[in-house]
Amino acid sequence: MSAPMLTAREAGFAVCHDCGQLVRLAGDHHHCPRCHAAVHLRRPNSIARSWALLIAAAICYIPANVLPVTVVDALGKTQGDTIMSGVLYFLHHGDWPLALVIFTASVAVPMAKIAMLMYLLVSSQRRSVSRSVDRTRVYRVVELIGRWSMLDMFVVTILVALVQLGFFATMHAGAGAPYFGAVVVLTMLAAQQFDPRLIWDAVEARDDR
Amino acid sequence: MACHECDLLNQVPALAPGATARCIRCNNVLCRNPPNSIERCLALTLSSLFLFIVANSFAFLKFGTPGNMRTTTLATGVVSLWEEGQSLLAALIMMVGIIMPGFLIVLGLYVLLPLYLGRKVPQATDVVRLTLHVREWAMVEVFVVGILVAYVKLAAMADLVPGVSAYAFALLMITQAWTNSSLEPRIVWRRLAALS
Repeated sequence: MSAPMLTAREAGFAVCHDCGQLVRLAGDHHHCPRCHAAVHLRRPNSIARSWALLIAAAICYIPANVLPVTVVDALGKTQGDTIMSGVLYFLHHGDWPLALVIFTASVAVPMAKIAMLMYLLVSSQRRSVSRSVDRTRVYRVVELIGRWSMLDMFVVTILVALVQLGFFATMHAGAGAPYFGAVVVLTMLAAQQFDPRLIWDAVEARDDR
Repeated sequence: MACHECDLLNQVPALAPGATARCIRCNNVLCRNPPNSIERCLALTLSSLFLFIVANSFAFLKFGTPGNMRTTTLATGVVSLWEEGQSLLAALIMMVGIIMPGFLIVLGLYVLLPLYLGRKVPQATDVVRLTLHVREWAMVEVFVVGILVAYVKLAAMADLVPGVSAYAFALLMITQAWTNSSLEPRIVWRRLAALS
């Protein structure tokens, strides 16, 4: 490409978050002429809001893993299972494919998501200019995998509804389950608030100097 | 048009059917040109509506001993959670499993059917915006994998039979993913603007 690299902001345009329409900026309050959404140059307070939601998610992540997500009453005995003990149970019974699915969706994905968002936020705050393409890719991965950690909550719902064999075995949702649901929702919201264009603003700021 | 991930202005030529335009700097997908986008999405959304009704009307798993079989739909699962005092979790599952997927189908029909027929309907632009936001919270495909995991977990304990609705959910997952890949919001906006 021989044309100079010009961003919408440098050209005096903002992009509508909802429909992608270019809106010429003049004054400070704007609505998209096409879809009527509020238009901002960048998502307002993107980093602060994203941090707030992410920290809330990290706090909920502790009880989500320490407290049991399912409780089984069987033959008069009560046994609570945390997410990790569920994974270990299947591993010990030789059912490693299932252990791997649950481990990926319930342990690896939420942890990776929190870590990736922290990395994106810290590097954007420090106006890092290295590996911009890779960081944009990280952002895409975070958006893509977020919803899959809901998997365990669906499984808990199905088990609670089905395992009601009276005295033999009855299953309940444990105290950790709502915290786990909260982690999924909060990290999804945090990812929505992050504005990937902040990654590139630092690159332009350096090039202008 | 500007890339919504890195803000770079890109020159986008008219796309051949099925082609995809990507940002020259960050490789983000700028826009696509799925053939017959509106017609395909409408057909798929109508199929989704039918599958959604089937999936939520019948049991997806039957479980228990021959004398004591329990069946469950997604709605009865939510009710059992609620009765245990897990109201927060019940509400969340209700949202992402039933309300949002249903809402997505209804909103999609409200936008697509009039566009196909060339009619104007009130609030169409607001409904399109809402639809794009609802999309992220409808998690049918996650639920389908959830059924699979629960099936494997329970199969060892007692008799387990998948119901009609398990297949309906699996098909619904396919029609929804297909709708997403056939949908290009730019085409919807252009057609809407052409009407007014």
